[in-house]
Amino acid sequence: MKKIIVCIKRVVDYNVRVRVKPDGSGVMLDGVKMSVNPFDEIALEEALRIKERGSNVEVVAVGIGVVDAQQQLRTALAMGADRAVLVQTDQAVEPLTAAHALLALARKENPDLILLGKQAIDDDANQTGQMLAALWDRPQATYASKLELQEGKATVTREVDAGLETIEIDLPAVVTVDLRLNEPRYVKLPDIMKAKKKPLDVISLESLGVAASVWLRAVKTEPPAQRQKGVMVKDVAELADVLKKKGLI
Amino acid sequence: MSKVLILAEHDGQTLNPSTHKCVTCATAIPGAQIAVLLLGADTAAVATQAAAIHGVHEVLRIDRPENAHPLAATFAPQVAAIAPGYTHLFGPSTSFGKDLTPRVAALLGVPQVSDLMAVDGAYRFRRPIYAGNAIVTVEADPARILVATVRIASFEAAGTGGSATIASRTADVKLPVHTRYVGARSGSTDRPDLQTASRVVSGGRALASAENFKLLYDFADKIGAAVGASRAAVDAGYAPNEMQVGQTGKIIAPEVYFAFGISGAIQHLTGIKDARTIVAVNKDPEAPIFEVADIGLVGDLFQVVPELARLLGH
Repeated sequence: MKKIIVCIKRVVDYNVRVRVKPDGSGVMLDGVKMSVNPFDEIALEEALRIKERGSNVEVVAVGIGVVDAQQQLRTALAMGADRAVLVQTDQAVEPLTAAHALLALARKENPDLILLGKQAIDDDANQTGQMLAALWDRPQATYASKLELQEGKATVTREVDAGLETIEIDLPAVVTVDLRLNEPRYVKLPDIMKAKKKPLDVISLESLGVAASVWLRAVKTEPPAQRQKGVMVKDVAELADVLKKKGLI
Repeated sequence: MSKVLILAEHDGQTLNPSTHKCVTCATAIPGAQIAVLLLGADTAAVATQAAAIHGVHEVLRIDRPENAHPLAATFAPQVAAIAPGYTHLFGPSTSFGKDLTPRVAALLGVPQVSDLMAVDGAYRFRRPIYAGNAIVTVEADPARILVATVRIASFEAAGTGGSATIASRTADVKLPVHTRYVGARSGSTDRPDLQTASRVVSGGRALASAENFKLLYDFADKIGAAVGASRAAVDAGYAPNEMQVGQTGKIIAPEVYFAFGISGAIQHLTGIKDARTIVAVNKDPEAPIFEVADIGLVGDLFQVVPELARLLGH
């Protein structure tokens, strides 16, 4: 194991209550706190633990997006990534475009492992890892809750609807991570200072030979339908009555 | 004319009900002719079940030993070989469909619409983003095959009684050997399946231990319900991962959903907002779950649950 690429997406912070713009052109992003996609933080944490277990592995954090996405890559460097690459574009990046950009980087960097979050909490698409694995013609292990590395291969436990599934994959491979793989570390102040000296390259999406195509046109964005306000009951007896009257039990 | 190919999930014996929901979604596309694709070691039994779904025109089987387990790397090239000639390819938004469908889309060189929740036209759909806090309408290029996963909580299951033709197909592609199935651990119980149950009893962090979840299992068994859990409860180890309901767990639409000791984080609410009736019991009168509950009760679940079971005459 020599190199791990970890994908770091800049998204609206987990705790922000997202609001739709009145003109339906999207959601309000002005002045909203942006963070590393929480699943990508788990991916990075896993890469760092592999490194800290003693292997001489280089951890490369990769972002795709606007210039300001360097902030999230600095966070990744502060957590412990060795270097970072921002594939810069001002266009919206759809999963298929992201997968093409990552493929180009994979061919350049030749990593043993590419780790990503299973989904980003903005578009909730859950596609990029699978698409990258297909284009790269390599194995994919999605929704990983346990990752064990052996010589040239990995055993991955996956969270699936029925429970847990274990598969064995040859490296290099793409692994997308689920919530319970690990708990990411907190960044300490001295690490933030150190991270400022670590290399962060900015390259353009076009330099990788990838165009920021509009694959799906967003016509409009709306708030979801609201549920009707319900009733409060005063005790268990009234609750049982209401359930029976409504024919729910 | 639209020709829709549906990727069916099954375990070799039983067709997953997500297939029936994908069929309902496909019938919303005007004039759609619907085919169901089954991959497996032996799909004879499930093919009969798929052929009986109302609205299905044809069932296609690809039986080969390598298809014994649904590995995306193995299935995807076969699906991609069958897909040309179809205008739409739908997979379910289950862990099976979410794993496989994007891999097929990339092999076909096309994007994917994830979690399709409403059909506004053959190439115009609605889907949730930001944990369901916004709904975006997207339009795709009719010149390309439209690949999507179907948010199964948004569609009723299609009925049965149909009699589609069943045909065997071969996908003449080289299959990779870089991905191998090792095993599975399923928390299978006699309870109804969480994703299709009409009643669901769910618990949160307030349950405080895995042992206390027994209270909910007992209540669920009395009323014939499935059991779910919030992310907080699963993270704390009170319940296994397959019970998690929410943005990153299962999205469900039961007739009635009981939330016991669940505060109601946005990420949880997105998993239950299609429930017909939400019943919430929480000690905290300010808990956000009460904003979406149809029936709310401020109280201690450890007293409420046993008493409710008694009053309901079970």
